[in-house]
Amino acid sequence: MGFATQLKNLDRELARFHGRLKVGAAFVALLAAALLARGFYLQVVQHEHYIQRAESNRISRVPTAPNRGLILDRNDRILAENYSAYTLELTRARTDNLEATLAEVGTLIEITPGQLRRFRRLLSESHEFETVPLKSKLTDEEVAIIAANRYRLPGVEVKARLFRNYQAGPGMAHVLGFVGRINDRDLQQLRDDGREQNYKGSAHIGKTGLEQSYETLLHGRTGFDQMETDASGRAVRMLSRIPPVPGKDLRLHLDAELQAVAEHAFGDYLGGLVALDPNTGGVLALVSRPGFDPNLFVDGIDPETWKSLNESADRPMVNRALRGIYPPGSTIKPLMALAGLELGLRKPSDSISDPGFFSLPNSSHQFRDWKRGGHGVVDLRRSISQSCDVYYYKLAVDMGVDRMHDYLAQFGLGEKTGIDLDGESSGLLPSRDWKQRRFKQPWYPGETVIAGIGQGYHLTTPLQLAVAAAMLANGGVRIEPRLVQAVRDPLTHTWRPQPGGARAQLAITPKHLEVVREGMMDVMRPGGTAARSAAGASYTVAGKTGTAQVVGIKQGARYDADRLTRKHLDHALFIAYAPTENPTIAVAVMVENGGSGSGTAAPIARAVLDYYLTGKRPGDMKLEAENAAD
Amino acid sequence: MPRTSHWIVRRLSHLDGILLTLVLVLLSISLAVVTSASGQSPARISGHLINIGLALGVMVVMANVPPHLLSRVGPPLFVAGVVLLIGVALFGEVRNGSRRWLNLGFMAFQPSELLKLALPLTLAWYFQRNEAVLRAKHFLVAGVLLLVPFLLILRQPDLGTALMIGASGFYLLFFAGLPWKVILGGGVLGAASLPVVWGLMHEYQQRRVLTLLDPTSDPLGAGYHIIQSTIAIGSGGMFGKGWMQGSQSQLDFIPERTTDFVFAVFGEEFGYVGAIFLVGLYLAIVARGLVIAARAPTLFGRLMAATLSLNLFTYAFVNMGMVSGILPVVGVPLPLMSYGGTALITLLLGVGILMSVATHRQLNKS
Repeated sequence: MGFATQLKNLDRELARFHGRLKVGAAFVALLAAALLARGFYLQVVQHEHYIQRAESNRISRVPTAPNRGLILDRNDRILAENYSAYTLELTRARTDNLEATLAEVGTLIEITPGQLRRFRRLLSESHEFETVPLKSKLTDEEVAIIAANRYRLPGVEVKARLFRNYQAGPGMAHVLGFVGRINDRDLQQLRDDGREQNYKGSAHIGKTGLEQSYETLLHGRTGFDQMETDASGRAVRMLSRIPPVPGKDLRLHLDAELQAVAEHAFGDYLGGLVALDPNTGGVLALVSRPGFDPNLFVDGIDPETWKSLNESADRPMVNRALRGIYPPGSTIKPLMALAGLELGLRKPSDSISDPGFFSLPNSSHQFRDWKRGGHGVVDLRRSISQSCDVYYYKLAVDMGVDRMHDYLAQFGLGEKTGIDLDGESSGLLPSRDWKQRRFKQPWYPGETVIAGIGQGYHLTTPLQLAVAAAMLANGGVRIEPRLVQAVRDPLTHTWRPQPGGARAQLAITPKHLEVVREGMMDVMRPGGTAARSAAGASYTVAGKTGTAQVVGIKQGARYDADRLTRKHLDHALFIAYAPTENPTIAVAVMVENGGSGSGTAAPIARAVLDYYLTGKRPGDMKLEAENAAD
Repeated sequence: MPRTSHWIVRRLSHLDGILLTLVLVLLSISLAVVTSASGQSPARISGHLINIGLALGVMVVMANVPPHLLSRVGPPLFVAGVVLLIGVALFGEVRNGSRRWLNLGFMAFQPSELLKLALPLTLAWYFQRNEAVLRAKHFLVAGVLLLVPFLLILRQPDLGTALMIGASGFYLLFFAGLPWKVILGGGVLGAASLPVVWGLMHEYQQRRVLTLLDPTSDPLGAGYHIIQSTIAIGSGGMFGKGWMQGSQSQLDFIPERTTDFVFAVFGEEFGYVGAIFLVGLYLAIVARGLVIAARAPTLFGRLMAATLSLNLFTYAFVNMGMVSGILPVVGVPLPLMSYGGTALITLLLGVGILMSVATHRQLNKS
């Protein structure tokens, strides 16, 4: 190979190399173009999208829960309040070993089996990243112990939290209800209502009673702190703050003392009582016996206690005043009498001779009077004061069930009263239509007879009876009962009256109402069925007793209270209002298995009237109070 | 004194003015970005300054080593590197599921780093040696020389480094004149073997690729890095949020933000304009490198200069591509920008070689 060829080769090689360099340069230019295109896409085209994502990375909204509104009685006695306490809480996702941590905590402070059960139940209902309370209301010492050992308890925290406390205890549980931890169902409901945002910082929500029906007012508005946070979620600085607006305080018509007196008067009996202000519809007392401790529910109830409450034969969780439905029995008679007068079927002076039973034409079946042998000659006033059954058997037959239905409906029987509590029963006011719809059966004449004395298909709640009693007291003004009378704005601290319920005047001939009222006053006078319960009262009372059959009594058999065990005894009923010249309170009492209205229900009403009108407490109750003071 | 200063002037005369200027501008930007990304950590800043000083020193030294001397260092380095790689395969330390480290008692060492320079040096030396008689056989031998370390590193497994070293070897073969038929044929063959390679890949490598294709599939795990860095870059917009003003950078949302993900910080704080400028700087370095290659008097110099230039840009492309979400996360630092002594020294060593090739031209000819 000659030198020239070598040089020529070298030139060729060099030319090829320069070609390759150009290809390399083009390759680099291509890569650079790709990078710049990507940069253009991210930084120019998608800039808005990414700036938003960067902002949502940077800024976090930390909710601050508002303080829940208080619930006060008419004298501003606190019924439901908040207090701050330390709780021990666990976050499952942050524990290394949940069981080991629980055991470790158990060696440091006392954890009861009940607390542990409750914790496990709450845990099973929560997400992995939610904190779940293990023990509430830690003592200062317990807080110190946990704080000192926190380093070996990952996922365990001591938190200062606001708690709801119902200091009035079991007696008020059916009125106030309770708050409980927000569960999945509540959350779904909040989501559906579009209220989810407002509960971002809240752990509790009203579950029953006033806590539930006034949830919106009581809860308040959640505030938000806009925080700048780093990648680990640590707040770096506050950017802006929307302060929370506390919930509104509620002032009730209800008198906690009166409620306590009524509770006490029930003694061992179960039942319900409603006392209304007949002029305003304000609920002065609403009792359902037995009660339960609402505080058990606030931070989750342990399964055993829940089971025992739920399965107890006494059914303490049922609000009898609101949802308990019973035949009204003879308490319906004043309304029937009024119906007879208003419909022109009876005149006050019309009287019957009561042989102790009533039979329909062409029938041998005897509808017996409660009094063997009958009441003799009975006019309208006496039919009420003696609670004559035969008088009302006849009246009912003359009236017919449909006219009875239509008239009684005007007093609110058979429909919800519209009280500011959820879960009310509407009871049952029978009619031909209803029976056809319900049973696809015709109405039988015998059913009209017993409907006349409030038996048969009739079902009412104590609340409905109280409204009816209030209408007799106030001259026929239909009222909607209300528990809450005023609402306090947390910022201005001024009370604003809560609008009362709807009112409607029922047209009643004053003369007719007067006769019925006289009859009800006669009930309380010597010779009347409840005379004993009015003895020595410094005010005048009008009332009506009633009994609602629990066990059907066979034809020809006699009702023998001694032979029946207590749970088969009739329910005792009583309605009343006082003072008669200018009524300020109307009351309805239902005592389950109380036997007779005059024997058990009327004395309870007397205790309530006494306290409300004179301030006098039952004698033995005063003693209790004194003992407690010692 | 005059003699000493004369000596210094002679040493410094081997520096290439254009390259030096570009490198210093890049390093200044790097210092500013690392300062911001580290939250003005004095330890990081002083550490970075020391690394820069050391690396610049190495660059000056390398610029003074004549290419013909340098070419002789290649083969022994290569042999040592391959031996060490075999050592790693046999006795290496396992970290994060791959065997990459050799414990030397006083320090842990990755022999693959050594090969980043040793392989092109050796190949360039080999082609220079056989310049006059270059035939297909020589390309075959060079291919084997390339494949040995490539496969050893791939088996560690370290896909990223293997590909980077493979690329540098390929660039050298390409500039040495590897026929187009072979390149295209290899490309077709490579594409066809992709499914096979996929099957051979470790699960974590497959996951990385999958996460790249859809980062949102694992937003808290493997996709987190990519998602956060693209948010940072995208939110920077046209002009950026300003130095030390990037919320993604300053609030810890970007992982590894002084090292591998430094471009996310840069992109967030200096925007698209900054990114264009940065890519422009790299392009300028490559352009200068290719000019040096074109003017180099020896085959060794030409091959080294061209390969090192393309290599540097490849690193920059892979890093920026990964941080902006168009390439898998392979753990490659951004040349002359990322914090980290080893990478900086290796890179400036390469720049030093470029300068040596540039400035020993006349001396060689004379």
